[in-house]
Amino acid sequence: MMDWQAFFDMGGYARFVWPAYGVAALVLTGLLIWSLGEYRRVKRDLAAREQAMPSRKRARKQARGS
Amino acid sequence: MPRFANPSQFMKLSSYLMPVCGVAAAGFIGVGLYLALFVAPPDYQQGEAVRIMYVHVPSAWMASLVYALVATGSAVGLIWRHPLAHIAAEQAAPLGAGFTLICLVSGSLWGEPMWGTWWVWDARLTSVLVLFFLYLGFIALDNAFDDQERGTRAAAILAIVGVVNLPIIKFSVDWWNTLHQKASVFRMGGPTIAPSLLWPLLVMAVGFLFFFSALLMLRMRSALMHARLRALTFGNP
Repeated sequence: MMDWQAFFDMGGYARFVWPAYGVAALVLTGLLIWSLGEYRRVKRDLAAREQAMPSRKRARKQARGS
Repeated sequence: MPRFANPSQFMKLSSYLMPVCGVAAAGFIGVGLYLALFVAPPDYQQGEAVRIMYVHVPSAWMASLVYALVATGSAVGLIWRHPLAHIAAEQAAPLGAGFTLICLVSGSLWGEPMWGTWWVWDARLTSVLVLFFLYLGFIALDNAFDDQERGTRAAAILAIVGVVNLPIIKFSVDWWNTLHQKASVFRMGGPTIAPSLLWPLLVMAVGFLFFFSALLMLRMRSALMHARLRALTFGNP
């Protein structure tokens, strides 16, 4: 059986060890969420822009008059 | 190189590599956390405080490694006008700044109980702080000009000049009398650190490296899509 009390106490260094892990988790997940958000936004905007344009294939067909 | 320089080639390649790196990052960081918090023994002098090492040291390695990549991308972009090089440098920089911040904060949290101080202006700590400001300067310069190309060039030159800081960081603990300890992993004659502490450290470092790779690819994909969006909206330059 694991002694969780002792684990979280970290031999008296809890107030140094856990903030160190916390900062790492915060910064890394922050970078991840920010980058994923950007990715989704630009992907959606690009899809909308391409939808609004006639595709090259369609444009060529129209030029040929078919 | 020319074939790899092709952005559409990159989009295809990264669509496979990115999820692989993401899954590997989750796996290695998960196992690394387990090893670091549950398996690794407390240090005979530092007790449980030594566990700070498992976030501090990998983020310190990444901080320098990513900077080397930013500088290389900048140089390749300036010299060969490689279309992806500047984008790689620009997208890696915020990630490198993040790793440097983790390194500084976790180091401070380690310094207080072990050295009795949160901060000291010794050569190692100061040179890593300079690295953090180099990242911020690179990002600021890159965005400082209305003409994007001028900003990119100015930032690239700063990144290349800033490379002198990397050997200073690495050898600061040998060249000067620092409070920070000397290298114990990447040193001549092999690591001096016990294997029971070394393994969790390496697993964590590999996890950080995969995390960075996945995120860099994600960010480069965003940047390429953004460039295409601009070209469609404002016409091809």
